[in-house]
Amino acid sequence: MPGNYMPSAAELFRFSPELLLTAAGTLLMIFEAITSPKQKRSLPVFAFLSLLAALALAVAASSDPGPAFNRMLQVDGFATFFRVLVMAIGAVTILISTNYLKQAEHEGGEFYSLVLFSVVGQCLMATANELIMIFIGIEVSSIATYVLAGYLRDDKRNNEAALKYFLLGSFATAFLLYGVAWIYGTTGTTNLSGVRGVLLDPQNAPNAILISVALGLVLVGLLFKVSAVPFQSWAPDVYQGAPAPVTAFMATGPKAAAFAAFLRITMWAFEPVKNHWIPVLWFTAIATMIVGNFAALRQSNVKRLLAYSSIAHAGYVLVALTAASKTGTEAAMFYMVSYAAMNLGAFAVIAHVARKGERRVEIDDFAGLGNRQPLTAAIFTVFLLSLIGVPLTGGFFAKFYVFKAALDSQLIALTIVGLLNSAVAAFYYLRLIVIMYMQPAPEGVDTLPEPSLGIRTALVACSLATVVLGVFPSLVLDIAGRGASFIR
Amino acid sequence: MDFLPATVPLSWFLILSAILFTLGVAGFLLRRNIITVFMSIELMLNAVNLTFVTFSYRLKQVDGHIFSFFVMVVAAAEAAVGLAIILTVYKNRSTLEIDDVSSMKL
Repeated sequence: MPGNYMPSAAELFRFSPELLLTAAGTLLMIFEAITSPKQKRSLPVFAFLSLLAALALAVAASSDPGPAFNRMLQVDGFATFFRVLVMAIGAVTILISTNYLKQAEHEGGEFYSLVLFSVVGQCLMATANELIMIFIGIEVSSIATYVLAGYLRDDKRNNEAALKYFLLGSFATAFLLYGVAWIYGTTGTTNLSGVRGVLLDPQNAPNAILISVALGLVLVGLLFKVSAVPFQSWAPDVYQGAPAPVTAFMATGPKAAAFAAFLRITMWAFEPVKNHWIPVLWFTAIATMIVGNFAALRQSNVKRLLAYSSIAHAGYVLVALTAASKTGTEAAMFYMVSYAAMNLGAFAVIAHVARKGERRVEIDDFAGLGNRQPLTAAIFTVFLLSLIGVPLTGGFFAKFYVFKAALDSQLIALTIVGLLNSAVAAFYYLRLIVIMYMQPAPEGVDTLPEPSLGIRTALVACSLATVVLGVFPSLVLDIAGRGASFIR
Repeated sequence: MDFLPATVPLSWFLILSAILFTLGVAGFLLRRNIITVFMSIELMLNAVNLTFVTFSYRLKQVDGHIFSFFVMVVAAAEAAVGLAIILTVYKNRSTLEIDDVSSMKL
């Protein structure tokens, strides 16, 4: 890098969504300090609008793709895809949280500013073309999310979730970083394109064992972040203990961003040595699907059930990664979109039913919801059917493309295990639907208030997205295909 | 001191950092006090810094030095948030034993 390096206007424009969100997050903290309680009601609106503005900027920036900041970032179709996804997730999270925070009597601008900072980190993970930038992105996203997980600081479950998330998250990051250090040592660069160049060059190929160990350490860190077996043990406790809107956010945003980094590292930088990592992912994918689904069978807490279900879904995405092909990348990208839509929606319903103090998060608390609030129950059913993978929902095509990619790459055993797992998964989702419609509400249950405007908007948006993905999947798949061509 | 080589070979630094990293992992897995567990993570990060600086010296590049600064800054931010979380846990439960902080097991 020359000593007088200055970023050009084009580079700053490519980076503008992150700049805008950082400025908005900082402003939110200042507003929090200087506004009256009545004015504070507009803070979530401000955060929501700045996310939408950043989303528009990200779309605009995709018209001029290219590197930024001396090839530290790579703004291309792939980055734009995940950037737009995590910003949309952030916006829906804000819709879900406003009423929840009001009930918890813990409203504050810092919550929304932390959401924005976390989204900035996730955008960096999606655009990073450099292992150190991926590390910085993970940390920016994680540190904000650690605080969010323990946001209600007098709640014991919140504390515990934050502590576990923090300890295990930083443990995983240390592994990732040690791997990065060894990749730097063996290849002499941390730039993903540079690493790829070194691995493709037969003249000075690095030591195969060293590079495998280094990549292994990086994969440990990333598998932790996507809660894959054997590094899944934090997810159930953290998802159960954190406030429901934060759980919705943690289960979708950081996971999507982690898979973006995962795809860039495996499918682009380390694609030349794919014979080393395919077997590892093969075993991880099978173990993740089985552990997630079978553990979910015996859960009575809905948040914990969905935590295990999200572990299982990470397993399906890993199947797509194991395929190690362009169709696999496309399938993984499509899966993350439909997974985000249905999971955000499901957690929005849980946040609504749980109410103050989250006392109603057992499966039996959903009994009679079909009578008490038919519309909420119907929308929840759409999300659950999509999580099963029933046709006409996004979940169906997500699984369809994943298994198609796996079959194209001759992964017969993996496909069979995956399909059997989907059948197992149907059991626990259907049980929830049956309890909702067939079981009467227990005597003397207090009335459930109508969902707030924010939750209603989030539910409509998520269910529309789920259905549209299930009826017109090519809308998103085409964009995913164009994005995937940048890394494969 | 004739039995020692004139300069310390670089591999020794790498071996030292590997030992430090392993000690950090062992401490994380075996220790039961939250603060000690947190210190083990810091030990792992310092092992990473040592590795970066060693490779940077070996490759005659300045990049590795800069990366270790990044790691230090991030570790400091992480420590600030982490200690705050540990403090709230202590305020709510009056204990820093990791086994006492698990109410959500099935």
